[in-house]
Amino acid sequence: MEKIKIENVTKIFGKHINNALKLVNEKKDKTEILKETGATIGVYDASFTVNEGEIFVIMGLSGSGKSTLVRLLNHLIEPTSGNIYIDGENISSMNKKQLRNIRREKMSMVFQNFGLFPQRTVLANTEYGLEVRGISKEERRARAEKALENAGLLPYKDQYPSQLSGGMQQRVGLARALANDPDILLMDEAFSALDPLIRKDMQDELLDLQQKVRKTIIFITHDLNEALRIGDRIALMKDGKIIQIGTGEDILTNPANDYVKTFLEDVDRSKVLTVENAMIRPISVNVELDGPKVALKRMREEEVSVLLAIDKKREFIGYITADDALEAAKRGEKNVLSILKTDMPTVPSDMLIQDVLGLISESPTPIAVLKEKKLVGVLIRGVVIQSLASTSEEVGAHE
Amino acid sequence: MSKILDNIPSLPVAELVENVMDWLTDSFSSLFDFVQKSGKSSMESITDLLVMIPPVVFILVIALIAFLATKRKFGLAIFSIVGLFFIYNQGLWEELMNTITLVIFASIIAIIVGVPFGILMAKSQIAEQIIKPILDFMQTMPGFVYLIPAVAFFGIGVVPGVFASVIFALPPTVRFTNLGIRQVPRELVEAADSYGSTGWQKLFKVELPLAKSTIMAGINQTVLLSLSMVVIASMIGAPGLGREVLSALQRAQVGNGFVAGLSLVIFAIIIDRLTQSFNKKKAQ
Repeated sequence: MEKIKIENVTKIFGKHINNALKLVNEKKDKTEILKETGATIGVYDASFTVNEGEIFVIMGLSGSGKSTLVRLLNHLIEPTSGNIYIDGENISSMNKKQLRNIRREKMSMVFQNFGLFPQRTVLANTEYGLEVRGISKEERRARAEKALENAGLLPYKDQYPSQLSGGMQQRVGLARALANDPDILLMDEAFSALDPLIRKDMQDELLDLQQKVRKTIIFITHDLNEALRIGDRIALMKDGKIIQIGTGEDILTNPANDYVKTFLEDVDRSKVLTVENAMIRPISVNVELDGPKVALKRMREEEVSVLLAIDKKREFIGYITADDALEAAKRGEKNVLSILKTDMPTVPSDMLIQDVLGLISESPTPIAVLKEKKLVGVLIRGVVIQSLASTSEEVGAHE
Repeated sequence: MSKILDNIPSLPVAELVENVMDWLTDSFSSLFDFVQKSGKSSMESITDLLVMIPPVVFILVIALIAFLATKRKFGLAIFSIVGLFFIYNQGLWEELMNTITLVIFASIIAIIVGVPFGILMAKSQIAEQIIKPILDFMQTMPGFVYLIPAVAFFGIGVVPGVFASVIFALPPTVRFTNLGIRQVPRELVEAADSYGSTGWQKLFKVELPLAKSTIMAGINQTVLLSLSMVVIASMIGAPGLGREVLSALQRAQVGNGFVAGLSLVIFAIIIDRLTQSFNKKKAQ
């Protein structure tokens, strides 16, 4: 179900906004508009929808307009033109009070530098959203304590933010957002100020959390690895424009243009490619139809020494080797069941390559790739390593 | 050239100001009267109260406050004891109490008026553009000039003294409040907004607490400025240490002038260090 929808949203900063807006409608680009009117484009004609329960990552370098875009969603910044719908309601046409209620109940924000109030304790910070809503002291305390407990921070509730490490401060920031129990979490570079290792922990925690609470999360980042790691879908921004929206794999395998391609160059590919991207066509033998002689013929044709064995429904059952097939043919056997071996490991087709690397290096045999028990491919060590090293074009060509 | 300039008749600015003043004095005379009378009686009763406190008790209480406020260091406490005893010893105790009353009244009024104006300035670009030049005007105009309308409105005595002191001492509080609120990090303002705070909630729960130490620095300045007005205000009959300085000046009594001036300095140092230490305490 669609939770957030934004339609042709443009934000222009500076003077001569109307002139600049006209130029946007004429599809002139950012630098041209700056030259002609002196106005800066924050967000340029952005449109997308975010589904309920999705982690939607908006990614771009600094100055790409991603932070402006997320602030448009809760109207910390007012759009120059365009509409923003939350649950089908147009927040651009709301009055202050309605907008405040949306902010109080529907969406909470987590900030890059944590946005914690230094004069308040951890508990008082966590209570803040509930406090401004006018919830009674006992209830907000209970809810804030629960949120802190879930984040493992309850023992620190009477400390001040400056007494905590960066990672812990951001956990407080997240707990404060969750204490409000919003539908939508807006996370503006939430992990960017943290050390890499802590950042990774926080990403894991966010993913675990998302398993439990299923919020709609808008996550802003400039780090592609982070985007690929946590995003269900990713929107790539440049100069205020959204260049491409898709799953991490979409973007990796079919970059929309050269800009996206250069962006992707330093990604650790193993983290995002699934085994489907690295598997090759399986050469199989049907145990219910084919005998040893057919198997040997096929091995000769395909120049392989192993055949994967399947049944009529294409379900994987094992493999046979060339040596065994030769023996069986000499003995005059009619089928290959007697020489069937079953000690080949299998993996599901949507598994990440990084997760099968260990298996590949240990296994003496290739690895069968299954999709709902059916054999769809096979992983061979050399090909997997090659796919990790290849450019996105070549991976795309595999398909 | 000079003839052209001379041909332009002198602009009647002085007359204009006088007319406005006359109009104000006439139309609000009952209000000014009321302020003058109630102000005078309340200030006098406070001074009486202060004088009634035995000096030994007063000195020890101030020393104790100084001791606690400076995180249990003896420096300021000892200075307070020695300094206040010196003032008492020189027979200026009652004058000191008068000065304290004047400073307290002027500072409190300046804070009550100044902080809201500072907030207004921080919140509204237009208000800032209007108030800023007025503050510049108030600070550059010699303090003596304020004595004239003060006398016109309230006659002579302690009330016009406070009035002139308030005008003279007001700007730092307004400026620092404005500065303090504008200095609140953008992200924290956004955090307050993004959780759906109303304007007042944002002000009282986030902006003022975060601006507090800056505002306190402004208040410290205001207190010291109002103290510096004490001597000037004594010219229109405000009682206190300032009057001693003034009379020493008029009679060319170097010694007496020095003693009264030194007493003012001692009091100023105590009050400055005390307000600063309150600020530091709260900033933590």
